[in-house]
Parts: sequence; C-alpha cells; structure tokens
Amino acid sequence: MRHLLSTADLSHTQALSILDTAEEMAAVSTREVKKLPTLRGRTVVNLFFEDSTRTRISFEAAAKRLSADVMNFSAKGSSVSKGESLKDTVQTLEAIGADAIVMRHWASGAAAQLAASDWTDCAVINAGDGTHEHPTQALLDALTLRRGWSAAQGQDPRGTDLTGMRVLIVGDILHSRVARSNIWLLRTLGADVGLVAPATLLPVGVEKWPVSVYYSLDEALGSGPEAGPDAIMMLRVQAERMGGAYFPTAAEYTRRWGLTDERLARLEAHRGAAGQTPMILHPGPMNRGVEISAAAADSPMNQVLDQVSHGVSVRMAVLHLLLSSSERNTA
Amino acid sequence: MTHTRTATLVLGARPYGEAPLDVLITEGRIAAVGDAARAQAEQLHAEQPEGLRTLEAEGLIMLPGMVDLHTHLREPGREDAETVETGSRAAAKGGFTAVHAMANSSPVADSAGVVEQVHRLGRASGWTEVYPVGAVTVGLAGERLAELGAMAESSAQVRMFSDDGMCVHNPVLMRRALEYVKTVDGFIAQHAQEPMLTEGAQMNEGDVSAILGLPGWPAVAEESIIARDVLLAQHVGSRLHICHVSTAGSVEIIRWAKERGIDVTAEVTPHHLLLTDELVRGYDPVYKVNPPLRTSADVEALRAGLADGTIDIIGTDHAPHPTQAKECEWSAAAMGMTGLETALPVIIKTMIATGLMDWRRFAEVTSIMPARIYRHAHQGRPLEAGEPANLILIDPESTQVVDPAGHASKGRNSPFRGMELPGSVRATFLHGHPVVLDGELNTPLTHPTPETPAREVSA
Repeated sequence: MRHLLSTADLSHTQALSILDTAEEMAAVSTREVKKLPTLRGRTVVNLFFEDSTRTRISFEAAAKRLSADVMNFSAKGSSVSKGESLKDTVQTLEAIGADAIVMRHWASGAAAQLAASDWTDCAVINAGDGTHEHPTQALLDALTLRRGWSAAQGQDPRGTDLTGMRVLIVGDILHSRVARSNIWLLRTLGADVGLVAPATLLPVGVEKWPVSVYYSLDEALGSGPEAGPDAIMMLRVQAERMGGAYFPTAAEYTRRWGLTDERLARLEAHRGAAGQTPMILHPGPMNRGVEISAAAADSPMNQVLDQVSHGVSVRMAVLHLLLSSSERNTA
Repeated sequence: MTHTRTATLVLGARPYGEAPLDVLITEGRIAAVGDAARAQAEQLHAEQPEGLRTLEAEGLIMLPGMVDLHTHLREPGREDAETVETGSRAAAKGGFTAVHAMANSSPVADSAGVVEQVHRLGRASGWTEVYPVGAVTVGLAGERLAELGAMAESSAQVRMFSDDGMCVHNPVLMRRALEYVKTVDGFIAQHAQEPMLTEGAQMNEGDVSAILGLPGWPAVAEESIIARDVLLAQHVGSRLHICHVSTAGSVEIIRWAKERGIDVTAEVTPHHLLLTDELVRGYDPVYKVNPPLRTSADVEALRAGLADGTIDIIGTDHAPHPTQAKECEWSAAAMGMTGLETALPVIIKTMIATGLMDWRRFAEVTSIMPARIYRHAHQGRPLEAGEPANLILIDPESTQVVDPAGHASKGRNSPFRGMELPGSVRATFLHGHPVVLDGELNTPLTHPTPETPAREVSA
C-alpha cells in the first residue's frame, strides 16, 4: 500500500492490518509517554484546502506521536480562482522535503489525481475529498464498531471483522464522503449495511450498491426487540440542504429521519445477538435537535468521543504502515 | 505560364471504397474520371510538363472532404488555446475541407464584426474553409436575440446560429429564434442542456457518479430540451439542428420527431461513439466534456442511430484547451476534447470496422449531410467529373497510436492519447489544391476562393 485514497481499494487483509495496527497504537496512547520513535526524521504535511480543525488536529496528533515532523498548510479557496495550482502547491511541498501529504480537498478525486500524478513521490493520504471519500473516518468508525462487536462476543478485537453486524447509516448519503467510505469498508469487513434517507439524498445508482435502502427510519429500526440494528450512524445534515430543495424543513427531517427521544427509547430496548445495546455513531460535529436529540447525543450508547480517540489511533496506524514501508523501499 | 503544379492525376484510388479509378484534378475541379482522366492528363503533360503532379493512390480510398459543423477555433480571445490558423491546420490534417467555428469566442461572435473577422482569418489561412457560426443571443446570455440579420448579410454570410456551450433554454426565446432564422434562410443549432437540471454537474449521472461523488448530469436534462425543441420547430415550421446528441433517449426522441416529419437534424461526436463514463473513474480531466461521456448502452444507441439515419452527421466538437485548464482538480477543469485530427480514425473504428456503416454512409455523415444542412453548394459533392475538388484520400489499412504532441492543433487534450486507431488521412484537396500530402501539411491554398461561395437555392 503506497497511498490511502479510498476504502474501496482496501482488501479485507489490508483493512484488518490497519485496524490491528491501530489497536497497537491505541495501547501507546494509554502509556505515560505517548510517543513512538517510528517516524523520526520524516515529514508529514497536512494540506488542507478546506477547514476541518478536527481532522487536522487528529492527523497532527497522530504524526507527532510517531515522532514525525508536522507542517500544516492551509490553502483555502479554489486553485483556479485564487492563487496557485494544486500542482505547484504540491511540488513546493515536495521540494521542502515532505514524505507524506495528508490532503483535505473540496474536489472529489483530488487525492486520486495527486497520487496518479508525477508531481510528487509522497505517500498521499486522503483526509476527505469533496463528496467522494473520507477513508480514515471510516477506519476509525470500523475500529469503534469492532471494539463493541467483539466485546459483546467476549473476544479480543484483533484479527476479527464485522461479520453479521447490522449497521444503519442515516442521513445525507448523496453528499457524504463519510457514508461512501463506510459502505465499502463495512461491506469488506462483512457487516450488513442499511441506508436510511429521503430519496432526494440518495444517489441515482444506489440500487446497485450492496446495501439495503430505507426511506423510513422507523421501518429500518424494525419492530420487535430482535429486529433492530447493532449500530446506527447518524450523518450531519448540512445547513445548505435545509432550504427546501432536498427536504421541506428541518422539522420534517427531524420527525422522519432524526434520532429523536422516542427512537432512542426503541434503541435502548433493543438487544443484539449477544445481549448488547446498539451503538450510536456520529462523525461530528453534531446538530443537536436536528439529526440527533440531546438525549441521544449524551447517551452512554453514543460513541462519539471514542470515535475521536480512535481517530488518532487509526491515523497513527495509516501513517506508520505507509511511511515505514516506503522507508524500506528507499533505504 | 506557371511554374507550380496546378493539376493532379490521382492513380488507382477507390472512390467510396469501390473499384479503383484514376481521377484528374485541375482548376479546382474534378476534370475527369477513369480512362478520360489519363487521356486528359497526357494532353496536359504534353502542353505543360511541369504542371502535372501524379499521385500513386493504390489502396487508398477517395472520399469527399469532411465537413465539420461543430468546431471551436477559440479566436478571437483564447489564442493560447487555438487560433484560426492552427485549428485550420488541424482540420486539413484531419481531412476536413470545411469547418464551422462556434460562436463562444471572446468577444462572442454575436455581431457582423466578429463573424467577418473569423471568416477573414479563415480565408487568410487557406488550409480549410472556415465558416463562422453566429450566436443566437447577445453574449450567449440567453436573454435577447443577437443581430442575426446583420450576421447573415455580412461578408461571412452566416446561416447557422448557435449558443453552443450554452443552451437557449428560455422556451419563448427559442421559439422566436426558430421563427426569426426563417427570414434569413438559416437554422438554429441547439446545445440541449436544461441548466437547472445540470447546475454544478460534473459527469453523467448514474452508477459511476454515485461512487465517485461527482454531481450528476442526468440524461433527462438533454432529452427534455430536445423534446421541447422538436415540438417548437414543428409549431413554427423552422429548421432545427441538435448538437452533440449523447443519450439513447435523445436518439429515440429524434427518431420520433423525424417520423412525424419535423425538420430536425442531429449530430454525434466521435468521442461519444467510443468513450464511456467508466473512464472518469481515474478523475483525469481529459475525459471531462459537455455533454458528458455516457454509458455503453448510450454508445450503442448512438452508433445504431448514426447507422440508421436517425442521427445525420458527425460533428467533432473540437474543443482545445491550454494545459493548465486540464492539469487541475476535476471540478475545476475545463470541459472539452480535441477532435479534428482523430475524428476519421474513431469513426472507422466505431462504425466501419464494426460493420455498422459502409464508405458511402461514411461520406454521407461526414460530408454530404453536413454540407446539405448548411446548404453549401461546393462541399459534400459527388466524386464526379465537373464537381468541385474538395476531397480526401485515406489509407484504411494503416494504424496509428494517437500522440497529441504531434497534432497540428494547439490543444493537447485528446482523450484518445495512446490508443491505437485504424486509418489515416493521406491527402486533403481544397479546391483542387493539396493542402495535405503524404499525411503531412503541404501548403495552404493561396489563390482566393470566391468571396461569397455560391449556395444552393433552397427548395
């Protein structure tokens, strides 16, 4: 693996290797000295064409815990309308001596283009490209889900996958890079995936995806205690979708697709195959009162803070796997 | 009297791929065909030994020079992308003896002044005939009609009007445009794209766009405009041409319209006959084009439509762009592909090699029909004695690997880069003068063509 661009590219073996490495990295984070010397002397650049403080500091923490040098490059705005091209920016970073480029970009495919180009030899890590993919978010979600799924079965998570787990992803699938990355990765790991959204927020062509599609959240939650999901992932509703073009009002969205107190109660009553309660995931930041009620946001079932700490572990794993292998190639 | 060769005897070429014949070209016309060609050539040679060029053309196919109703020459305004001179060279190399330069230059070709400039530059270049297309609306803004009458009466004698790149989407304005062009014996070429359905659209909406997370460009955005416009054309009794048809549904609507007797013609680009949206998976902007590459089912329907006559012509939509416009993020990249120098091999690959079309039909869709749509009197003519010598010789057996660096166009944005394609243009005759010989540019036509080419009297 030279780059991490898309979860669709990851084999089952590669995905498990990242998750298992992330478990090792998580152990480091609990030590008094949270640092490994693995990437000493290597340089990681966080190249962000879009604001995302959460993702950026997570990558920054991950790189620093591996002793890498970190540079943050914020390049907001379109490369065409303002300032220099992606090519020139990247060649500049290459000349400065970057070993890995962690890129967040507003354009779908930007990371893939960078990896395919001859502009740089850096390892490219996609930290979110347009409405395409956000693979490290999916990996941290998978790490979170695997912890819960294996714990319910009394197993060590390492080496296991998500076979048999039922995961619902609720919200704006059409515009969500998080959803796309999760769908491919969760399927690779053996989970059953259900998508829940108004038809306006599902892509044309979704019927060919290896998922179940529900227009009704209540239907997806099922009736009876054994019918529900093992985990539910609530996607953030972007403010610009609420203007009446995709659904009439935020209130109607909440009524039909929000994780309300009533639906939370149904989830709380549900027990999975091993007697566990379902997990609630959210990539953050949450819109309390829109896609998720305050009670659901604060519920012990909600994994959102675990997701954040798992984010650091997964990004350490990815940086470690990409850069330590490339070191072998160049040594 | 003269020290340059003014006559050419072509030996053993196969007109329309049929039985080999000798053809004598003098004074801009096909002087004689068959045995008479040799006899007259011998007479010429006796009178003026220096004046006769003999071309061994065994194995080559002779066809009427191709006529492109859809070319972007970028001048005035974007001379970094293409000029009339470089685009004309590309046209000649590609086997085109006439091209029609779309109006989306800067300034827009929406006035007599701009169309006369383009026309004059084309005549000065001398590699192919250049006919400017006039804008339908001022500045392509879709708000009010441009001075179509002034452009029609200018020295460029514009008859084809198009806002190509933009759709004339206001139905009232489109109706008025269709009516108004009747008064200048012209026609409207519509770029069918409902703008509200394609806001921010980046690629064909379907299975691939769903995965790539690129905003989709639904087929219905094209089909709904075509359906509306054929009905408008019927209602006002005018001539409508549909640019770059790209979907199976569009072919069906046009077929239906023709069955109803509506005066509509349609065009397809070479790239839509070969490439699909699967190519977008790598996010290489060289595959970004308007209308977008569609699915293999659309490609099949377009080929069938071209073969059965539902689609009348090939239009290249040659759209050169400077390197930086394609060396960037997909969403930021310009739409368009070069096409003049690859059209012939792509048509051979998709239509001849597949057995869907013979060389007679090839001549129809690349030359005879586009000339008839514009009502050119001297292009797309039969390969017979007395006819104007706008024709090409092609080698159907050769193959070439497309290398945009070797193209005469300034544009390097060819989606066929690296592909091995069959067939090549060996010679292009413009008014009897070989602007291309041995597959390379020769010399431009220097003696002036008539200022205002004769046109057919419309029926």
